[in-house]
Amino acid sequence: MLGRLTWSAIPLNEPIPLVASAVVLTIIFGVLGIITIKGWWPYLWKEWLTSVDHKRIGVMYVFLALIMLLRGFSDAIMMRSQQALAIGDAQGYLPPEHYNQIFSAHGTIMIFFVAMPFVVGLMNFVAPLQIGARDVAFPVLNSVSFWLTAAGALLINLSLFIGNFARTGWMGYPPLSGLAFSPDVGVDYYLWSLQISGVGTIMAGINIVTTILKLRAPGMTYFRMPIFCWTALASSMLMIAAFPILAATFIIQILDRYLGMHFFTNDGGGNAMLYVNLFWAWGHPEVYILILPMFGVFSEVIATFSGKALFDYRSMVLAALAICVLSFMVWLHHFFTMGAGADVNAFFGIMSMIIAVPTGVKVFNWLFTLFHGKIVYEAPTMWAIGFMVTFVVGGMTGVLLAVPPIDFVVHNSVFLVAHFHNVIIGGVLFGAFAALNYWFPKAFGFTLDRRLGQATFWCWFIGFYLAFMPLYVLGLSGMTRRLQHIAHPEWRPLLLIAFLGVLVIFIGILCQIAQIVVSIRTRESRRDMNGDPWNGRTLEWATTSPPPPYNFAVLPEVQSVDAFWEMKQTGRTGVAAAYGPIEVPRNSATGFITAFFAVVMGFAAIWHIWWLALPALLAIVATAMIFGWRDDREREIPVAEIARLERARLNPRSAA
Amino acid sequence: MTADAIAEAPPTDFAPDIDWGGPAPTRTVAAYGFWIFLLSDIIMFSALFAAYAVLSGDTAGGPTGRDLFDLRNVFIETACLLFSSYACGLMALSAEAHHRGRFVLFAAVTLVLGAAFLFIEGSEFARNINDGAGPSRSAFLSAFFALVGMHGAHVGSGLVWLLYMVAQVVAKGFRPRVLRRLLCFSLFWHALDIVWVGVFTLVYLMGAR
Repeated sequence: MLGRLTWSAIPLNEPIPLVASAVVLTIIFGVLGIITIKGWWPYLWKEWLTSVDHKRIGVMYVFLALIMLLRGFSDAIMMRSQQALAIGDAQGYLPPEHYNQIFSAHGTIMIFFVAMPFVVGLMNFVAPLQIGARDVAFPVLNSVSFWLTAAGALLINLSLFIGNFARTGWMGYPPLSGLAFSPDVGVDYYLWSLQISGVGTIMAGINIVTTILKLRAPGMTYFRMPIFCWTALASSMLMIAAFPILAATFIIQILDRYLGMHFFTNDGGGNAMLYVNLFWAWGHPEVYILILPMFGVFSEVIATFSGKALFDYRSMVLAALAICVLSFMVWLHHFFTMGAGADVNAFFGIMSMIIAVPTGVKVFNWLFTLFHGKIVYEAPTMWAIGFMVTFVVGGMTGVLLAVPPIDFVVHNSVFLVAHFHNVIIGGVLFGAFAALNYWFPKAFGFTLDRRLGQATFWCWFIGFYLAFMPLYVLGLSGMTRRLQHIAHPEWRPLLLIAFLGVLVIFIGILCQIAQIVVSIRTRESRRDMNGDPWNGRTLEWATTSPPPPYNFAVLPEVQSVDAFWEMKQTGRTGVAAAYGPIEVPRNSATGFITAFFAVVMGFAAIWHIWWLALPALLAIVATAMIFGWRDDREREIPVAEIARLERARLNPRSAA
Repeated sequence: MTADAIAEAPPTDFAPDIDWGGPAPTRTVAAYGFWIFLLSDIIMFSALFAAYAVLSGDTAGGPTGRDLFDLRNVFIETACLLFSSYACGLMALSAEAHHRGRFVLFAAVTLVLGAAFLFIEGSEFARNINDGAGPSRSAFLSAFFALVGMHGAHVGSGLVWLLYMVAQVVAKGFRPRVLRRLLCFSLFWHALDIVWVGVFTLVYLMGAR
């Protein structure tokens, strides 16, 4: 009846997951209860859950990423504290069985459900505004993409309460992840949650590329696009080109596990290296999917807060596209030690080092943009400068790892762990926080508290160095990654410093939460009245904060690369003479319903409840068909309403 | 240049001569987005092709392609799919001409030929499984069933989509939205042909030697 699902799937005899589940469930039901008591459901349903507005969807993506960051970070605290405790005779508090799930979940969640939603959410929110568009190309598809990502996140978190998660590390290498060595549901949770959210990611990529290439405002030629749009375009193209490889890889891993096929098995002629190659053919472009938009964020932030145009815009664009192409030619550096031979390793080592060249071009361009600028030290500026320092260190250790003989020495050690955290935290996460501070006023109409923002930065910055610099040393001393127990007591001091670092980062997270709470409470005094709090250069600052549903009452005429800056210089920011009616898409529950059935299908497939999985799949198809049958999918905002909204936004005080 | 001059220098414009008139019409946007989807789908197939190329020799002592593939059968199968594509082209022309009768006729031909393709493929699969050459026999057969079966699953969902489109045309007529979707369907159907050319060559022609 319920497939493999029995009462033994609930971890009643393991206190840690049980307490964690209880806390999480209490919070979830508490929040749902408050929403019900306050009667917020109609508002939430109409304004957020069924919204197809790219700005709302972008905000929901970022919200999902921040919530999942808390989950992924709690895994990090557990790992660091276990390694600080379980040294020599001590065994710590996490049994190996549980510890293995924690590091697998930490990696999977941080990459797929923190970094990815943050990046996609930013592109969703910012790119249409920057190109002067009214929405993305396919608004309902956009909502489906978001809700599928949320469905994947829900599934992966269900593994905390029901069953267990993969113990294979976040890459899920076979044969360990095959049926023979991982017969329980852990790997299935991994496969189905990533497969479902991956479909959402491919569709998000298609949407963003189509939007940027086809919906730009009049006059916005390619070389007048804001740099963030270029990096969003490059990143989305990589999503379209790389995520289908991951989808195919997971499809065949599912076939292996569910239908007894022999792609990656030890017997029957299977080839586990095929998985490793396919996985990294996706996995290496993936790191550029994450970092490229953040390069765009830093470019915007540095230009804005230096009060200057970005130094050598064109080489920035070329560097982003060069990275985009090169990112597909380096995947083998993730497994130099797996026997490809010296010639192949040499090729991929050299290609990996070449990627440092366009990245270096970018760093110098940022420095030259800052040079002689009138730098304003708002929180985004600090994240950007912290990024430049940290990312260069991470990049250097990356070049070291790209040398195959060095890689043979330090591969699979915590040196590698330190390297990729150095670039992902120092690059992607710092970029995410810079973007959060930079665009928050655009999304909500008030700025975030500056001092708490700076406190957040310093905690993360110092905490990062405390937590990860010791790992470089430990890695060179021979400490391998993913150790549940440490046999060398002489490593204790450095492990304690690393644990201290994670505590400092924890204070940073508390500061971040405090910053948002304090800013919401004092929002009346920090309103952004004219939509341009930072003296911005690009079109998103030309409309109000938050922008109206249609973004721009009249599509802006673009005449240069920093379109809004040029408008301010030449005084072209006046009110349009006349408005026309604007068509906007109606709300749609399609995304929410599709994701609901996707969760049911994924859960049923994980537990082999076949009578439920198949109808759920059919229900997804039926949802698409019913949506496709509807005709009243757009509504027109009449001219009178636009005129009223525009009067209100151009004269906020007199309207209130 | 002084510092102030650098700071105040107007942003450079790199391509003043090429102009952009503004957002593209909906039909262009829809078709463009669908093209990109097809590209992503083809990349997904290319990963399966790569898996097949790697594993095609790993028969684990089981049957090889030469033992299993019947080129005459595959030729008929291929002909069905290619002629189905031709009918799909005629269907698209009838739709653009808003000719409902001809549209339904050519849609029916497309459907029947597509179904015939699926039937031949299904019977080949059934025969192999009966002969003990199922997907779990060897890595080669896993890759074969996954690649060819994935193409078949695409053809199958294309047939469902086509039925739905015929229903839309009958119920709603040739509205712009319906025509846009028919355009996307044609692109999809022709793309499956391109993938099949790859399957035909790599799997059957090279495998039967």
